[in-house]
Amino acid sequence: MTLAATTHGFLSPTGVEIAFLLVGLVTLGAALVTVTTKQLVHAALWLVVALGGLAVEYLLLTAEFIAWVQVLIYVGSVVVLLLFGLMLTRAPIGRSPDADSGNRPAALAVAVAAAAALVWVVVDAFRATWIDLGGPAQGSTEVTGAFLFRHWVLPFEALSVLLLAALVGAIVLSRKRGADDGAGQGAPQAKERR
Amino acid sequence: MHLAYPAVLAVLLFCTGLYGVLARRNAILVLMSVELMLNAVNLNLVAFDVWLRDTLHAGQALTLFTIAIAAAEIGIGLAIVLLVHRNRGSSDIDRLRDLAEPPGGPGTRPGSGTGLGAGPGQDAEEAPQQTTSARQSEAAA
Repeated sequence: MTLAATTHGFLSPTGVEIAFLLVGLVTLGAALVTVTTKQLVHAALWLVVALGGLAVEYLLLTAEFIAWVQVLIYVGSVVVLLLFGLMLTRAPIGRSPDADSGNRPAALAVAVAAAAALVWVVVDAFRATWIDLGGPAQGSTEVTGAFLFRHWVLPFEALSVLLLAALVGAIVLSRKRGADDGAGQGAPQAKERR
Repeated sequence: MHLAYPAVLAVLLFCTGLYGVLARRNAILVLMSVELMLNAVNLNLVAFDVWLRDTLHAGQALTLFTIAIAAAEIGIGLAIVLLVHRNRGSSDIDRLRDLAEPPGGPGTRPGSGTGLGAGPGQDAEEAPQQTTSARQSEAAA
């Protein structure tokens, strides 16, 4: 691995690297538009581009199953949830001039400083490290199912409990409380309202 | 593939999300930026897992778990944002200042005595003034 810098130079990229770089530029551009645009719905739609680009990056890193999970969960459900949230909070359609708060210069300074420091450290640390993408795919559905249900069963089941708790919590939070909050009357009221 | 490409992309995505979290005013836009940060971490996990060729595939398993936890987080977060919007009519996070300190510092907060060594008589004299001034400041706010 220390020989990667001598055998694989940055100036002679492989095809996978060129594809990764192009998709990465698209992803980064979409992410930048997401955090800077003044139109709230457009931000959610650009987030779709950024998350879809990340799914393509996972595919290029031979992690197929995670790529499809990314498309399914993020692009399929999280962005739809965000759009529903924007609609339910009556987000203005069109440009809203107060999308950014007053501490924008400070945020920009912090982000640029963090990016500079981290890029410097990461490039300095992993300049000569080479990922070998050959051989059998490391993230195919077969491999993923094998390691997930052979080594990670207990965390998987604990995660289902966490999802159940999150579901119950979201329902409890978003349920409208009646005027009289008597015990035993909450459930029939909620049923009537639906 | 060089490991530097996915690592640098993850760093830049993370810092983009960091900027969004700090600079945005609408709470849902802040949640979108949090999603960007989580995705940057996921990309790092996958890249390092593919590099290390771990037999347990800890990176990819943790990525799947992170995606599930992010889905739970966005559900709870949106429920909280909708609740705040229903109660206050606005989901701008820089207007939710109930827990903020008053601008004059902690000494001007009503009810918090500044002098620890003050006698009980002095306290009793000052108490009505303090409450009236506190009421005035609340009415002004």
